[in-house]
Amino acid sequence: MHIAEGFLPPLHAVAWGAASAPFVVHGVRALTREVKANPESTLLLGASGAFTFVLSALKIPSVTGSCSHPTGTGLGAILFRPPIMAVLGTITLLFQALLLAHGGLTTLGANVFSMAIAGPWAGYGVYLLLKRFDVPLMVTVFFGAFVADLVTYCVTSVQLALAFPDPGTGFLGALAKFGGIFAVTQIPLAVSEGLLTVLVMRLLMQSSKSDLVRLGVAKLSGRSGQGERKAAV
Amino acid sequence: MGMSRNTKINGLLLLLVAALAVLPIALGMGEGKEEPFTGADAQAETAITELKPDYEPWFSPLYEPPSGEVESALFALQAALGAGVLAYYFGVRKGRRQGAALAAAAGAPDTAGASDTAAAES
Repeated sequence: MHIAEGFLPPLHAVAWGAASAPFVVHGVRALTREVKANPESTLLLGASGAFTFVLSALKIPSVTGSCSHPTGTGLGAILFRPPIMAVLGTITLLFQALLLAHGGLTTLGANVFSMAIAGPWAGYGVYLLLKRFDVPLMVTVFFGAFVADLVTYCVTSVQLALAFPDPGTGFLGALAKFGGIFAVTQIPLAVSEGLLTVLVMRLLMQSSKSDLVRLGVAKLSGRSGQGERKAAV
Repeated sequence: MGMSRNTKINGLLLLLVAALAVLPIALGMGEGKEEPFTGADAQAETAITELKPDYEPWFSPLYEPPSGEVESALFALQAALGAGVLAYYFGVRKGRRQGAALAAAAGAPDTAGASDTAAAES
């Protein structure tokens, strides 16, 4: 759930826009470079964007008695690195702001920062960290996607708390309030997103192993590489 | 026998996601709320008006779906577009794999798609 249209004061709207813009510009460059260098990536890039489209359209009930939706940004961040998600996430947010009155143009910068920048980078960081400790691929994918989803809404809570500090308890009081609305609601949804991302990654391991190897996500002689070893003998 | 282990694990993942979505409703976690299971964004708007009663949204959406029905139709369209592209992707990959397998069976064992085919068998 994004910050609704007009619900950030102009100064905050402009500041978050300015913070997000360089990431999106850099992302567009990274995307064109990837497509030029590896034209065979185009289809998988489309699939990563499509995953974000599906997941951010699904409003799911949560334990807080309210609804929110996942983000779907962890998958693309793991496959193609976070800069490319800055672009794919922005496209999704623009679609929702223009056609669904969900999120908004004045809050686009803030929503891009949380969903298309902070979330993907945090998820990618956790994925890389776990990978370094030789954690099995699907576990790294689960936590990468889980963190990308949850961090998105923690950042949303921070953005709103900065704009609307509590008159009595200040920033922290407002953060607790918005965190209770966004972040707590998001915990079971982030688990769902982790599970769905693992599902898609498992399907990709079956159908597109060579792409995953080229992108550095899977190893040729990895856990599910027995088939190749057999083939090589 | 019937489903492969792979398919079973995938089915289990989907089942878990469905359970996570249904449980909050089944356990009545929206009870006691004036409007149960509304969007978190609407609740945030309420929180903002509580924190700063004089705040007025200074911009409104250029286009707003005329009703809740139209809005949910557009959300469904968004999900359908994404699901369509994903299905196309996996369809193309499966076709390539089958094509490579057919070519291999026809007597060309070292085809380019062989590594994917082998991975799928493991």
